[in-house]
Amino acid sequence: MGQTMTEKLFSAKAGKTVKAGEYVVLPVDRAMCHEGFLLSCAKLITSGITKVWDPEKVVVIMDHYVPSPNVNMAEGHAKIRKMVKQCGITHYYGEREGICHQVMVEKGLVKPGDLVVGTDSHTCTYGGLAAAAAGIGTSEMAYVLATGELWFQVPHSVRVNLKGSLPDRVTSKDVSLALAGRFGAEFGQYRAIEYTGELLKDLSMDSRLVLSNMSVEFGAKFGLFPVDDVTRGFLRSIGTECPEAFASDGDAGFLNEYEIDASDLEPMAALPHTVDNVKPVREIAGERIDQALLGSCTNGRIEDLRAASEILKGRQVSPSVRMYVYPASRNTFRRAMDEGIIQILSEAGAIICPPSCGPCFGSQGGLLASGETCISSTNRNFKGRMGSSDARVYLASPATVAMSAIHGRITDPREEV
Amino acid sequence: MQIQGRAWVLGDNIDTDLIVPGQYLMASLEEQARHVFEAIEPSFMAEVKPGDVIVGGKNFGCGSSREMAPAVLKHLGIGCILAEDFARIFFRNAIAIGLPTLSVKGLGGRIRRFDELSVSLDDGLISIIPSGERFHATPLPEKMREIIDAGGIDGILKTIGKK
Ligand code: SF4
Repeated sequence: MGQTMTEKLFSAKAGKTVKAGEYVVLPVDRAMCHEGFLLSCAKLITSGITKVWDPEKVVVIMDHYVPSPNVNMAEGHAKIRKMVKQCGITHYYGEREGICHQVMVEKGLVKPGDLVVGTDSHTCTYGGLAAAAAGIGTSEMAYVLATGELWFQVPHSVRVNLKGSLPDRVTSKDVSLALAGRFGAEFGQYRAIEYTGELLKDLSMDSRLVLSNMSVEFGAKFGLFPVDDVTRGFLRSIGTECPEAFASDGDAGFLNEYEIDASDLEPMAALPHTVDNVKPVREIAGERIDQALLGSCTNGRIEDLRAASEILKGRQVSPSVRMYVYPASRNTFRRAMDEGIIQILSEAGAIICPPSCGPCFGSQGGLLASGETCISSTNRNFKGRMGSSDARVYLASPATVAMSAIHGRITDPREEV
Repeated sequence: MQIQGRAWVLGDNIDTDLIVPGQYLMASLEEQARHVFEAIEPSFMAEVKPGDVIVGGKNFGCGSSREMAPAVLKHLGIGCILAEDFARIFFRNAIAIGLPTLSVKGLGGRIRRFDELSVSLDDGLISIIPSGERFHATPLPEKMREIIDAGGIDGILKTIGKK
């Protein structure tokens, strides 16, 4: 029997053939830390460990509390800066570059075949680049910083076959919500999801990263795409070398296969308070909103801002709505300026915010009051995540967020304004 | 190791934002602990006792990688967590900080709120004391037992630091 991408990747790292289900201890190619670095590094210090295993392989990016929302966090950031210096970490990006996952991808810090761990659950985003990347906690990260390795169970893989092509104004976010709605919030539990099918050739790297990012919302450890022309084109565009094609063998052992025909899809939304509580936008249209949020490591990339600006061009955000735009990175922000997108969004009445996580996980920058409703391009709508536990968050694509912002009510983006 | 305590029965998909809401992540453990489950079980904080057992359904601990989620439960003295299954990162984090978590297939509906439970970590045997009903949890993988036996990752790091 052939190997899944996941088995190939782990076998290459282990230097021997390993199969799904086996436990292995492996060196990691990168350790990505956001502000969680503070907790991990503090653990090293209290244990009497004064060095990280390889300062070149550690990346530290601040994004979750940027700009620092209070004195407490400002102190935290100051400590991180000091620790980074002490450890001699070279890939340190401070508060300047944007959301960690986007920065990792843009700066070429991840490449196909890499094994990466990060102090954030959406580390699986790098699966879009065929990297086995998974989130871990800050204690495990402390162990990685000290030793450069971690134990893993080689996950079983499930295949998600994406057929057909996307109708107008239906995006990879809608595909991910449809997957959650159809197969539930844990169809990928402990698994590596491997995306395949004819739709892939139409999915840009930006669109793929949405699906790999959302994979953790299905419980998955990895959300992997094969290496193909889209991958190579993207790597070339950021000046990184292009590896060989890399995919699962035709006869590889998948635990399960799921299929979705993109041609049948329409804009989807996840209703409060779970990601798999999904309905077509059409069925919930008319629901009043107080806030519209465009951003995050899921949907704050240039393609997303572009989709929103196409809808908002020459229109106005409803006076009853505050619309926040958080570009995923400084690079995204700059490109959006070059393309005139920032201008369009600002003229429409959107509030343009600094590249960072913003209110996505409830730390700052646009939290919700009790009784309020937000439509958001982020990835989680759990009770209390974005402010009051009596607020409601709907997840949708950037196009749906933009169209709803205009109307002050949830609106299908295919509707003419 | 034997754990005995009352059961707090929660549903499926208990996410890490319900355990520690994002807005309190940078607060002290004490402050975070004041908000555990406040959105779904407002009496929890006032009534929780050391040794209590949390009984979840499917996908317990889904959501973010925040280690505060298991840490705050351990801080409150929770003896262990039983669930149908756990979200991957929560499971790893709980073991990493030394909070036992056991998956029990077919758990749904068997345990009621405030049932007195006894849980043996050695063989995974769970008993409901009033009814005498017994069943087994899936044993922890060897690798995870080693981490718990070492006193969690903290214990392992201390050993490395001494070298
Ligand atoms: S944007 Fe949201 S989901 Fe992404 S890393 Fe930041 S807080 Fe997490």
